[in-house]
Amino acid sequence: MADNMITIHIIDREGVTHDLEAPTDMNMNVMEVCKSYELPVEGRCGGMAMCATCQCYLESDHELPEQSDAELDMLDEAFFVKDNSRLGCQIHINDEIDGIVLRLAPEGN
Amino acid sequence: MIETDIIIIGAGPVGLFTVFEAGLVKLKCHLIDSLPQAGGQLAEIYPKKPIYDIPGYPEVLAGDLIDRLMEQAAPFKPGFTLGESAMSIEETSDNQFIVTTNKGTEHKAPVVMIAGGLGVFQPRKPPVENLENFEDKGVEYIIRDPEMYQGKKVVVAGGGDSALDWSIYLIENNIASELSLVHRRSSFRGHLDSVQKVMDLADQGKINLITEAEVIGLKGNGTLDSVQIKHNDGSEIWKDTDHFVPLFGLKPELGPIADWGLEIEKNAIKVDTRDYSTNREGIYAIGDINQYEGKLKLILCGFHEGTIAVQSAFARIHPDKKNVLKYTTVNGVNGFE
Repeated sequence: MADNMITIHIIDREGVTHDLEAPTDMNMNVMEVCKSYELPVEGRCGGMAMCATCQCYLESDHELPEQSDAELDMLDEAFFVKDNSRLGCQIHINDEIDGIVLRLAPEGN
Repeated sequence: MIETDIIIIGAGPVGLFTVFEAGLVKLKCHLIDSLPQAGGQLAEIYPKKPIYDIPGYPEVLAGDLIDRLMEQAAPFKPGFTLGESAMSIEETSDNQFIVTTNKGTEHKAPVVMIAGGLGVFQPRKPPVENLENFEDKGVEYIIRDPEMYQGKKVVVAGGGDSALDWSIYLIENNIASELSLVHRRSSFRGHLDSVQKVMDLADQGKINLITEAEVIGLKGNGTLDSVQIKHNDGSEIWKDTDHFVPLFGLKPELGPIADWGLEIEKNAIKVDTRDYSTNREGIYAIGDINQYEGKLKLILCGFHEGTIAVQSAFARIHPDKKNVLKYTTVNGVNGFE
């Protein structure tokens, strides 16, 4: 693996796991990686935590940065929210999340 | 009947700039938007957010950009139908279109430009079984006339300002006979003043606060009788109510234009990049609502699309005239009288 690449594991809405390689030097987030691999993540607001179409559930032990007020506000109004809910657009691709496992939330947000 | 040269559906940044470009070739515009003010998503959702990729502005707040675009369009005296959604379109025998809104306002023009951004803002509907069966029969997503709830039992759902403010209003003005506020979490994220007021009213027994719970079902015979509430611990209750008002914000959807006979791809309107025309002659789609190979959903690109589309619109409206490109520096901006 190149020094600037990590692997993230996305479980789609049919339960299929996709192992995606993502570059850490392109300032990308999880929503953008999913879209670039054409996974069914809408990302309607473009990554501003203003919609919940990139909601996902953290299913590995990775410690993510504290959620911002904007993200919490959006999740507060979203549907199918669980304790481990996150917005994919607020999860930035860096070395610390190598191997992370995320499950896509149901559609309808 | 409002008559104009170009009906623009969507009064966001791209629609507004198109007014200016149309004015340069002496075409008049009328804009329709479902929001009560011009500006579209920029004004509605993030007026205080900075935008960095508008030429000439290293940084401009979204709301300020709208103000500047309105100023730029003003010499061409655009008409506005605001707070109404474009619902239907029909073609007349003289090659004009009539666009009618949900309030029956009719607009007639030879050209229609769809600049609806990500679509019409519509209430976000919770995933509740049976919900559609009770719409306008006890379920409302917007409170238009508070007096409708006079003496009624009401269940409000949501944790944002809208849910908090309406709960306070319906109780403080002695309108609802009983009000329950249901929220999935134990805390609320609205303005602190509103949160405190709701807590106070709950302590006084005036608002029935049901937290860490969700409405999951509805029951009634023709109209709503009760809602099923499931707590996070798994327990469920049925609560008698006359109205259920889920207030979970807005989200953009294509809306009625999805039924206008336009070719749709990736939940957007497919266009020909020669002039951003759709498969229906005389109808164009510009900005985030269109789709073509290489599409970038940027305001910047929408400005370009509107400019090109207007040239094509001119040719449709004035087939016998030759339009020579005029530079604004040479002729200045000659607004309408």
